[in-house]
Amino acid sequence: MNAVIKKNRPKFLSLPALLFQIRLPLPGWVSILHRASGALLFLAMVWLLFLLDRSLASERDFEFVRRYAGLPLVKLSLLVLIWAYCHHFCAGIRYLFLDLDRGVDKPAARATSYAVLGASLALTAYFGMKLW
Amino acid sequence: MVNRIVVGAHYGLRDWLAQRITAVIMAVYSVILAVVLLTGTPISYAVWKDLFSQGWMRVATLLFAASLAWHMWVGVRDILMDYVKPTGLRLALQTVTLLTIAAYLGWTVQILWR
Repeated sequence: MNAVIKKNRPKFLSLPALLFQIRLPLPGWVSILHRASGALLFLAMVWLLFLLDRSLASERDFEFVRRYAGLPLVKLSLLVLIWAYCHHFCAGIRYLFLDLDRGVDKPAARATSYAVLGASLALTAYFGMKLW
Repeated sequence: MVNRIVVGAHYGLRDWLAQRITAVIMAVYSVILAVVLLTGTPISYAVWKDLFSQGWMRVATLLFAASLAWHMWVGVRDILMDYVKPTGLRLALQTVTLLTIAAYLGWTVQILWR
């Protein structure tokens, strides 16, 4: 009689659950990365403004920025920020279309998610190559 | 009546719409800047300095910065509303956010009109 399988409900969004039990769908990844990249860009703005400030200050400061940007850790940080900008840009355009009820059904949502992830990585590689 | 709290959203279409309009402004600026930088002469100090001494570039960059300030405010506030529940802490962080954004904007103006 009581052979009903006891389901482990309710599930809570704990960190272990997020890491090991719940697989975030692809549009979910685009979404959380959109948020993370936005937060990162907000926090990094002080550093980016510093670079802009120095690069326009004088010829010597410009050369300093050029050399500074060549340091491996700085280069890596800049690449991460370029990716953050490109991802935020591409995902943002996707959201503008979603607001207009375009690409809302599941296959389209998945396809545009792949497109956003791919395009932002490709753009990052392109700008990275152009910069160095 | 809906339970409205002082550190919540502004309960209307304005911020939602502002976030999208500022996004479009910044996207247009980004594309134009990318094209200018990638198709022009290689960036030396003279080229870089000259670009940012043009009137249109200064105004366009200021519009970008103003859009960014508004956009950042809506975005960061959304994040704080999702993850920071105590009202006092959220209000403190929102205040810090606004001060930070104001400082960013002031610094940008200083960089552009030096």
